Amino acid sequence: MLFYIFAALAVISGAYMVLTRNLLYAGFSLLLTLLSVAAIYVLLFADFVAVTQLMVYVGGVLVLILFGIMLSSRVHDKSVMSENVNVGWGISISLLTLIGLGYTIWQASFSSLPWIQQANTDILAGQKSTVQYIGIKLMTDFVLPFEIASLLLLIALMGAAYIATDKQKV
Amino acid sequence: MLTQIPLEHILLLSAVLFSLGVLAVITKRHAVLVLMGIELIFNAANLNLVAFSRHDPQLMQGQLFSLFVIIVVAAEAAVALAIVLRVYQHFKTANLNQIVSKENT
Repeated sequence: MLFYIFAALAVISGAYMVLTRNLLYAGFSLLLTLLSVAAIYVLLFADFVAVTQLMVYVGGVLVLILFGIMLSSRVHDKSVMSENVNVGWGISISLLTLIGLGYTIWQASFSSLPWIQQANTDILAGQKSTVQYIGIKLMTDFVLPFEIASLLLLIALMGAAYIATDKQKV
Repeated sequence: MLTQIPLEHILLLSAVLFSLGVLAVITKRHAVLVLMGIELIFNAANLNLVAFSRHDPQLMQGQLFSLFVIIVVAAEAAVALAIVLRVYQHFKTANLNQIVSKENT
């Protein structure tokens, strides 16, 4: 039941993000979508992913996006409004995508697959937290992607800082 | 009770979020709004990963993969917004169509 409430919240605020023409309203409705997706992660026994979603998306990416909106448009005049283009094409393409994905999901009937049915969800439900398990996994099986991710973050942040600096003034 | 969320409903929710993100990317012309649509698409993909991770016999590979996706999204957003700011300083607009037409003149 709780899942459907959060799913409806995510879909409604995502749709409002697409429909509204005000950039700031779109940013705040994206915030609501990200929060409800984090709540759904909690319902799927992914507490660490949910906390990471809150910290990285809501605390990082969304603040960056709001800064981007404020720095790339004058809030008091018309430029905070964004016009829609290609509306017919956009709606038809996204509807086709939705119908195709929905038909595929319906046809695949994942719930009847043997490995899904055999899956033991009780192990996850019995655990209090996934943090210890994820920590062990990150330091054993996933240590190479972990290190590459840290390198990627370092390079990306240095690159972003370099791109954003004003070269004439420095 | 919570384990009874059917897998199909989660996949359907993520399909809806994905197509909303595609709609935002196609119809919006402000560069930051296009980025927000891309964030929505990334969230839909992550939701799929976490949903299947619940049924993984080798426990939580999907969750670990979604953590890496979140890291990549953070890096992408930082670089993309820096580029948007530079483009705005150069062209005095963040509207993609106006940027293209100014580039051509």
